[in-house]
Amino acid sequence: MSSQPTGDRQGFESLEAKAYQREVRRNLLLSTPALIVLFCAASGPLLIMLVFSFLTAGDYGGIKWQFSTEAWFQVAFYKDIFDETVTIADAHLSIFWRSVKLSFLTTLVAFLLGFPTAYFIATRPVETRNIWLFLVTIPFWTNLLIRTFAILEIIRNQGLVNTVLIGLGVIDQPLDMLFTDIAILLGMTYVYIPLMILPIYASMERLDFRLVEAAYDLYASRWRVLMRVILPLVKPGVIAGSILVFIPSLGAYVTPRVLGGGKHLMIGNLIELQFGQGRNWPLGAALSLTLLVIVMVALMVYVRSVQKEGAGHGH
Amino acid sequence: MVIRPRPFSIKRMPGFSLLALACFFALYMPLAPLVVYSFNAGNNIALWEGLSLRWYVAAWENDLVQSAAIRSVVVATIASVIATVLATMAALGTTRTRPYRGQTSIYAMVNQPLMVPEIVTAVALLILFALIKESTGYHGYAYLVIAHTAFCIPFAYLPIRARLEGMDHVLETAAADLYATPWRTFTKVTLPLLLPGILAGAMLAFVISLDDVVITEFVKSAGQDTLPTYMLGQLRRNITPEINAISTVLLGVSVIMVTVIFFLSRKKT
Repeated sequence: MSSQPTGDRQGFESLEAKAYQREVRRNLLLSTPALIVLFCAASGPLLIMLVFSFLTAGDYGGIKWQFSTEAWFQVAFYKDIFDETVTIADAHLSIFWRSVKLSFLTTLVAFLLGFPTAYFIATRPVETRNIWLFLVTIPFWTNLLIRTFAILEIIRNQGLVNTVLIGLGVIDQPLDMLFTDIAILLGMTYVYIPLMILPIYASMERLDFRLVEAAYDLYASRWRVLMRVILPLVKPGVIAGSILVFIPSLGAYVTPRVLGGGKHLMIGNLIELQFGQGRNWPLGAALSLTLLVIVMVALMVYVRSVQKEGAGHGH
Repeated sequence: MVIRPRPFSIKRMPGFSLLALACFFALYMPLAPLVVYSFNAGNNIALWEGLSLRWYVAAWENDLVQSAAIRSVVVATIASVIATVLATMAALGTTRTRPYRGQTSIYAMVNQPLMVPEIVTAVALLILFALIKESTGYHGYAYLVIAHTAFCIPFAYLPIRARLEGMDHVLETAAADLYATPWRTFTKVTLPLLLPGILAGAMLAFVISLDDVVITEFVKSAGQDTLPTYMLGQLRRNITPEINAISTVLLGVSVIMVTVIFFLSRKKT
């Protein structure tokens, strides 16, 4: 810095302040172009969608510029067009329920399989750990549509799973797995499980196995060590993994579309329907925002629990 | 045979290794038929009729596939280059600096596409672009490019930021002490040091753009199919091994890119 030797302290401080201001201005200037693009194509459109959710649906898709709360009403209720009786919108609620149920089950299955896998990787010798980790990363970066298609191929009636099961004599008739909730569950677990393994592994890697040893010295059983020592210590990773699996599952669109066969819809498909055959854009906007709110609540719960965790351990 | 009791290991959990190996098997097993049947000589994805490259040739000679592939690569290239430049600038503006007001907001905004479900962003973009298309009549590729650029930014930003955080100011201070101008210091010192991060970020952004289905499906105008949206459309029809051939090629591209990224980000200073 080109500072003239100033005797008085105030002069130096104002120079410091100016340098800081320059730095801040430089930082903002550098960040602005990215923020403009993100505003145009990520956050801005959400605001427009909020406006759209309060407009009237056009007759052939699109909207009429007329204020209405009809769309928000339609998210949960159904009004009969003839006698105007209001009932709960069963179709919507059952789709919401299926989404939440399947996302929860996906998270659970991913945890039950992902936790031992993360543990397995973390307990490998340091040299081979990266290779195992790499093996988890590759499917994660592979096209989601391709992985879903791979599941479609193996669970079809003539697919690998049925062929093997029939060949082994376990079943006589192929199992009808495709286009069921089970297929969606299987597909989502397959697609999102790396998102469970990686954060749990990150926590597990820092696990101090001396604590495990201490527990064994105190005559704890394996189960007890797992439940009372290991699991609490890697809890942040488990929470992070669960949230990373739960959120995209809830908003899943491709997997239920391909494996649900148009009958077993999830929220994502219900939203799409409003912009396609449904021709009710305001309802689509309102449904999207509802999904967004659910996701934000889940994220908030996550942030809270991480903060609490941090405070509890005193770091 | 002598059965020796296994020595007690504090790290061993009964059944865990078995479950883990089953998990690895499950991760890769479904991809095997996909790849194998892309080489099928028959018309079916379930009945093996001998080895052949005919579906690769068919995909290559299919005009729709060819134009979709070119479109995919062009959009991914443009979007990832712009996103990487913007992300590099944003990373420089938010890392290795004294904390300032708005820093966390910038960080939150850059990462916003990672938090909002893709379908929500897709629908919001559909609405916005429908308005713009109606008032301007423009139906070109700019919509796809800007949408892809936006969701690529956080993927480019994260590795660049991680790299920057691991760098200290010593070399740059030394350059400045030797009378290098700030720009020269940046191009001769900071940028070369940052390059592995930038390359990793750019490739990540490229893969993400290349693989995107949901946002592209909602944003594209008629006749603007990319490879993934073309495949999604085909899945509704009669599936032929052509889809397997395209999938296998895309799979190969992803694996190569990820391997390179893996080695790029492993060599840490």
